Amino acid sequence: MREEILTTQDLHLYYGNKEALKGINLNFKDKGITALIGPSGCGKSTYLRTLNRMNDLIPGVTITGTVQFKGQDLYAPSADTVEIRKEIGMVFQQPNPFPFSIYDNVIYGLRIAGEKDKEKLDAVVEKSLRQAAVWDEVKDHLHESALALSGGQQQRVCIARVLAVSPEIILMDEPTSALDPVSSSQIETTLLNLRQDYTIIIVTHNLQQASRIADRTAFFMNGELIEVDATKNIFMNPAKKQTEDYISGRFG
Amino acid sequence: MRRLFDDELADLDADFTEMGMLVSEVIQQAVEAFMKRDAQTAQHIIDHDHDINQREIALEKKTFEMIALYQPVTTDLREIVTILKAVSDLERAGDHARNIAHSAIKMGAKQKVPEIEQLISEMSQMTTQMVKDVLSAYVNKDEQEARALAGYDRKLDRLNHAVRESSYQQMREDAAFETGASIYLNVAQDLCRIGDYVTNVCEWIIYLKSGHIIELNSASEGTGS
Repeated sequence: MREEILTTQDLHLYYGNKEALKGINLNFKDKGITALIGPSGCGKSTYLRTLNRMNDLIPGVTITGTVQFKGQDLYAPSADTVEIRKEIGMVFQQPNPFPFSIYDNVIYGLRIAGEKDKEKLDAVVEKSLRQAAVWDEVKDHLHESALALSGGQQQRVCIARVLAVSPEIILMDEPTSALDPVSSSQIETTLLNLRQDYTIIIVTHNLQQASRIADRTAFFMNGELIEVDATKNIFMNPAKKQTEDYISGRFG
Repeated sequence: MRRLFDDELADLDADFTEMGMLVSEVIQQAVEAFMKRDAQTAQHIIDHDHDINQREIALEKKTFEMIALYQPVTTDLREIVTILKAVSDLERAGDHARNIAHSAIKMGAKQKVPEIEQLISEMSQMTTQMVKDVLSAYVNKDEQEARALAGYDRKLDRLNHAVRESSYQQMREDAAFETGASIYLNVAQDLCRIGDYVTNVCEWIIYLKSGHIIELNSASEGTGS
């Protein structure tokens, strides 16, 4: 039985007076991919961002309830967001490489942490880029600008950048929605290779993507978690009518 | 919200039901042709067997298209799969009606054994009713009806057994009746197989409603001879 690595209990989030999350209870076991699906505005991205405190900078946000990573309260006054984001990394919708070389992008986190050992950095760059399944395409251009890469390659370099700091959890907010089908498929393959070693939580509007790659799928609507189950059950025989109606395109 | 998919599914449903009605009619005609030794009707059935096959192919093609274009999930997927699977069962039931038509021609003017004729008549009434009922269970998505229908399959098996006993008895009494007896055996077996295919369709109706693939009458007796 895999242990629960990340738990959220009775999680509420308000943007001013608007309640965007209405008491979410959802836990994640170590390793594997969970997809968060639901119509626009359902709270799934908001929920994802609470998991590494990305909502902190939005003015007027109030959060109640608990988010615990390995038993530690992420919202405790003593919690360090830099440390949290090292353990719980994030990949965004738009590939966002820094305007540096591929190499410098990947080691960005380690360099900030003060790592100077060239041999070690080289090793991390290769390992991370291999894990992100982009090594073969970029290995001869490591010192060229990451901005010169295609969108799909940029996104995989961004995944490598997250992997370089050895996180336990990777959050992804629609990581393929800005990519063409071939690049999306490469990212999906990358994620399938990573699921053995990382806990991945991915927000996606692409239901087929969720059904292809996720071990578990959670359906959100109007700020509530309607249903969470093994992906196969959600797509073959969901328990809730709202889930069925959403994934078969009966409303929207 | 009504989806384009729903319209296409309704068309598919209608075509499936129509094919079912055609198969049901053909079974009835084949059995009547056999009872009356009506070679002309029997030949007509044989000549038109490809109508059923063509409908099967058209329905299969349509389901493949809908799977590719709409990528259905949950109930939608089960509806499509049910039709895709059940359409083969119907087509095979139609093949057995064709076999019965062949038997009608082969039987020609051979003597009738009233006791066996009576059993076959009972079997054929049961079979044609089962085919009609399974179509209505499908149209109404009626899981209870589907489960109830499977019970008739066992009765058919018992009647088939009785036909076999009587045919063997007849052969013992009159060795010259060997061909006639084997035709009776074949017809009873064909009717039994139609019952099995109806049971398969019942299983798909239950799958459609529940999402569970089950086997009705898994200990069904006397289907192999």
